[in-house]
Amino acid sequence: MLDATTHRFACLPDAPGVGYKPQHFTEIVNDAGPVAWLEIHAENYMGDGGRPIAQLRHLSERFAFSVHGVGLSIGGEGPLDSEHLARLRHLVGWLDPASFSEHLAWSTHDSAFLNDLLPLPYTEASLARVAEHVDEVQEVVGRRMLLENPSSYLTFEESTLAETEFLREIAKRTGCGLLLDVNNVFVSATNLGTDPVSYIDAFPLELVGEIHLGGHDDDEDDHGAPLLIDNHGREVADPVWSLFEYTISQSGPKPSLIEWDNDVPEWPVLKAEASRAASVLETANA
Amino acid sequence: MSKTTMTLAAAGAVATALAASLAVPAQAQTKEKCYGVSLAGENDCAAGPGTTCSGTSTVDYQGNAWTLVDTGTCTEIELPAMADGTPRMGSLEALDRDLPS
Amino acid sequence: MTVDQTTFRKALLDPDAARPDGLNDGRGQPAGRRFDVYRNNVAVSLTEALEVGFPVIRKLVGQDNFKLLASAYLRLHPPRSPLMMHFGADMPSFLAEFEPARQIGYLPDVARLELAIRESYHAADAEPISPAELEALSPEALTGASVRLAPSLRLVRSPWPIFSIWRFNVEEGAQSPKMAAEDVFVSRPNLDPVPRPLPSGGAEFITALLTGATFGDAMDKASEASRNFDLPVVLTLLVEMKTLIEIGG
Repeated sequence: MLDATTHRFACLPDAPGVGYKPQHFTEIVNDAGPVAWLEIHAENYMGDGGRPIAQLRHLSERFAFSVHGVGLSIGGEGPLDSEHLARLRHLVGWLDPASFSEHLAWSTHDSAFLNDLLPLPYTEASLARVAEHVDEVQEVVGRRMLLENPSSYLTFEESTLAETEFLREIAKRTGCGLLLDVNNVFVSATNLGTDPVSYIDAFPLELVGEIHLGGHDDDEDDHGAPLLIDNHGREVADPVWSLFEYTISQSGPKPSLIEWDNDVPEWPVLKAEASRAASVLETANA
Repeated sequence: MSKTTMTLAAAGAVATALAASLAVPAQAQTKEKCYGVSLAGENDCAAGPGTTCSGTSTVDYQGNAWTLVDTGTCTEIELPAMADGTPRMGSLEALDRDLPS
Repeated sequence: MTVDQTTFRKALLDPDAARPDGLNDGRGQPAGRRFDVYRNNVAVSLTEALEVGFPVIRKLVGQDNFKLLASAYLRLHPPRSPLMMHFGADMPSFLAEFEPARQIGYLPDVARLELAIRESYHAADAEPISPAELEALSPEALTGASVRLAPSLRLVRSPWPIFSIWRFNVEEGAQSPKMAAEDVFVSRPNLDPVPRPLPSGGAEFITALLTGATFGDAMDKASEASRNFDLPVVLTLLVEMKTLIEIGG
């Protein structure tokens, strides 16, 4: 077990962070604004060297980091990729980030990596499998992880558990924490015709180590029902900010991340989103 | 190559290489262009654009939909069709002749 | 009705396959095109990864043709690793087989060069030897020494003018390529990989060094391959590109 006192940044501050993009390097160094921590996608820093690693080493002197994996396929039917687990252990080992998280999703099957976060049914069988995988990750990587709620476009008829129950039970069995993506909650609730506030009320907020906020896109299904797409390609939508305010009013301030992965804007735009998150967090502090 | 020739050649080459490395101003050395590789192969956790793009159109494994209207810069490059110089002519004509447009 | 991941995956990559049963919209209706969100995410994200990974191939064939080519590639060669930085390794052999691309004989080797640049970008860091270290070495000691070269070094040999084709597509006003075989040296003097054409014999020289030959033996190999082997040019390149990381032994 790692001793928390030896960490340079033992935990993420209850302040805004942003998903780090290399094109913002210089501006982040010169003018981070309210941004107190950065999140990276683990897989982009698994090369042997060069600019990505050099930038990360430099930034990690000044910022707390969250390592967010997007490729482990924790919800996969097959076994976890041991080589990938070893790469995660290596990255988390040398960077010593304040937080490490992954998704409740699968992306690898029959050794093909599909580069998307794919959904799984919520059943006793999938619960047992995911719990086993989370145990294995925490064992190998050597620290507690956070597991993130997905954005959903459909449901499985075979599901017998609510997503909130499923996540609560995983956390109970494995001791992992949770990453609450408020945009995902809104996207899923809209897409599946459920109530986002009830989802937050049912979510074990005491286990939340980090919150995600991101932009989504609008589409429609075959029947003209709204189908929101979690594309992280624009500002956080107003109803998502409202849901975030509600969440923070219930949970107290949390490390809160702005994710912007497609059509990445200039730094001032991203910084402004972080400022908006900061003002919500300050209200909760007051 | 005789030992003497080799030694002389090596000495001359070292002198040239050192002179050249000194002649390059430090700034030029740090200002190499990136050629767009900095973002190559990034993973992320975002979705793509909705439901109606390339994920749902039939895959053309033979490339029958290859279009000559949207030809790239290969049309500006005049090279023989084969690396050994076989006279069959350059890419654009070859495509024109071989494929239904 | 259960939907296992084998069924899900099959329908994801095959747009003509029926969508799996047992998925619904949360209101009791079949999921329908909601499934296509995932189909798109996979196809679009992998296509984009190929676009940023092979910018010169894309320019050469044009955007629409590249999308067509990517759509076939990603289904024949889906990623085998969760690291997108490695995706596309089969592009050269794919281009050699893909019918319309076969007409453009140089495409596979240009793809090899683009892969080499990407590999170089992510390769391990290494401290180059100082010019003083090289200067301090007697010519006799140098010819008898083997060297260690930077992990970011890549060598791409081609019967096509691949460096000229590459440069024509990335540099404003670069000359149109003339038919010639070109060997390309890629190394990373700082954080950005730089491709450079090698003079004749250069590839043999570097290949020999890479396999542990002494400097002198590598000179012999290069001179055998090319009467006009120009050692000063190649050594200057190695020094400028910070590719020599150890001399000794």
